Amino acid sequence: MSAVFQVENLKKSFGGLAVTQDVSITMNPGDRVALIGPNGAGKTTFVNLVTGHLEPDSGKVMLGGNDVTSLGPTPRVRQGLVRSFQVTRLFPDMTPEEHLALAVMQRTGRTGRIFGHYHSMPDVMAEVAELLRTLGLDHIATRKVSEIAYGQQRLLEIALALALKPKVLLLDEPAAGVPQSDTPRIEAALAGLPSDLAVLMIEHDMDLVFRFAKRVIVLAAGAIIFDGSPEDVTKDARVREAYLGSYANDRSAA
Amino acid sequence: MAAIENTSAAKPAATRPNWLVRDLVGLAVILAVAAIGYFLFPNNLALLTRILGVALLVLSIDLVTGFCGVATLGHAALFGAGAYASGIAAVHFGITDPLLMVVVGAIGGALAGIVSGAVILRGHGLAQLVLSIAVVHLFHEAANKASAYTGGSDGLSGISPDPIFGMFAFDLWGRTAYGFAVALVAIAFVVLRLITRSPFGMLCRGIKEDPIRIRAMGASVQGTLLKMYVISGAVAGVGGALNAISTQVVGLDSLSFTLSAEALVMLVLGGTGSLYGALIGTVSFMWFEDFVSAANPFHWLTIVGALLIAVVLFAPRGLYGSAQTLLDRFRGDGK
Ligand SMILES: Nc1ncnc2c1ncn2[C@@H]1O[C@H](COP(=O)(O)OP(=O)(O)OP(=O)(O)O)[C@@H](O)[C@H]1O
Ligand SMILES: [Mg+2]
Repeated sequence: MSAVFQVENLKKSFGGLAVTQDVSITMNPGDRVALIGPNGAGKTTFVNLVTGHLEPDSGKVMLGGNDVTSLGPTPRVRQGLVRSFQVTRLFPDMTPEEHLALAVMQRTGRTGRIFGHYHSMPDVMAEVAELLRTLGLDHIATRKVSEIAYGQQRLLEIALALALKPKVLLLDEPAAGVPQSDTPRIEAALAGLPSDLAVLMIEHDMDLVFRFAKRVIVLAAGAIIFDGSPEDVTKDARVREAYLGSYANDRSAA
Repeated sequence: MAAIENTSAAKPAATRPNWLVRDLVGLAVILAVAAIGYFLFPNNLALLTRILGVALLVLSIDLVTGFCGVATLGHAALFGAGAYASGIAAVHFGITDPLLMVVVGAIGGALAGIVSGAVILRGHGLAQLVLSIAVVHLFHEAANKASAYTGGSDGLSGISPDPIFGMFAFDLWGRTAYGFAVALVAIAFVVLRLITRSPFGMLCRGIKEDPIRIRAMGASVQGTLLKMYVISGAVAGVGGALNAISTQVVGLDSLSFTLSAEALVMLVLGGTGSLYGALIGTVSFMWFEDFVSAANPFHWLTIVGALLIAVVLFAPRGLYGSAQTLLDRFRGDGK
């Protein structure tokens, strides 16, 4: 099977702080990977680097065999690399329906049109309705995003990523900020993802990680300290040390 | 569940006529106000026509500032480019049909839009503002130097447009010119309402609210903004052409920083991002300026300044925006 997503020896420092240290990850179609690690481990930075929102100091990012390291975020998305944001990034004055319609029209090459409206594009309307239903957002489809609950905004953030029909999907803590009652929606959406899609999910909720992932990667202080099966991750001494360390730090900070 | 699906399926059908009706009402109001102006100020049609020309400039600023979030103090470059393009076409190339002159003006404005957009969009925030000022100064200087074509500081005179459709000659009282101006503004308004609601218009709104998100959706921010600059340039260019046709001269003041800044002030006064605000702001500012400068020729600038401070402090969303907020609150209370 040929890799759909390949990161080789990625490095990045902010000032003197090495936030990404020689990170290499390969993913195949259909992979379900969880990327975990203590706060500040460099997980979001990794996503920013591979999606082109940040420039790496060195290393290579390949998508379906093409080197995309020198490309900006936009062409990478067009090649199927889509991310969600840890802190929701939405348009406060637009409705969920408008968000999704915009994403679907963008994917299908229709956002250049200066006349017309998505209401008169039946395929867009149908796809938007389907996405809204999947994430349980249909009852607030035409409310402004600034007026809906944060948990619902998180669900919309995921719907937006799905609307772009990615080949590789990077989800940065999709369940963070979602009320417990809504996490089943997220899990259902994750479970319903196309089977040939490669998904990497950053997540702190270990229950969710164990239900979702077939492979777990642990990042600590910018370096990969574990890459293997979910069964082995809890037994790994270095992982436990990294996590215990961070818990101890959390305690003393609190 | 079935009930929910029904309501969400019924929604588009219900919302669509809603904005269509609203735009038609808006258009009717514009035409009604234009007619009232015609009957109330029959001796002042030249001023009303000038207001409509500037209104096109202010609408075009609303496209890039109100809908895309690009700050500019140099938009008169596009207006002046349209004015000179149509004026030069008439004087030096014998293109004196007014409709053709408008088309030439639109093209001139659009080209100026590409040039100034390509420069201005390289910067952000304050740098963008400075670049826009530099652009309008460069355009001004270029027009000044190319005096063989533009008449330099004397202005370009000798523009004598043919009758519209060969039937309606431009009369001494400015009736034809006023009717022409009203028609152009009405058409521009309708077209721009459609554009701002289109998929492209939605993309622009998205860029204004969060360009990083737009990039993460795979859309090009720079390309989209440049396209809007071209559309905006065409609209400003039509305004410039209208000015050239109705006054039959083009002066360097149509390419000035002063006009750029005043037009931005008019937009802020009326309220950004609705197109209505642009029209209301232009009419109130220019009418007020004319009224106050006649009533009190010594202190009118002070009075205009005081009015602006009052609006910005007490109605920060502009006349239209604040009225809308009040109306919404009123409706909310009524429920
Ligand atoms: N733009 C930046 N400039 C300087 N330092 C940064 C920048 N972005 C992140 N960092 C630092 O890099 C380190 C890793 O941050 P990152 O956001 O990638 O962590 P994370 O693993 O996503 O953490 P969390 O679980 O809290 O989201 C942190 O120490 C952070 O302060
Ligand atoms: Mg993070």
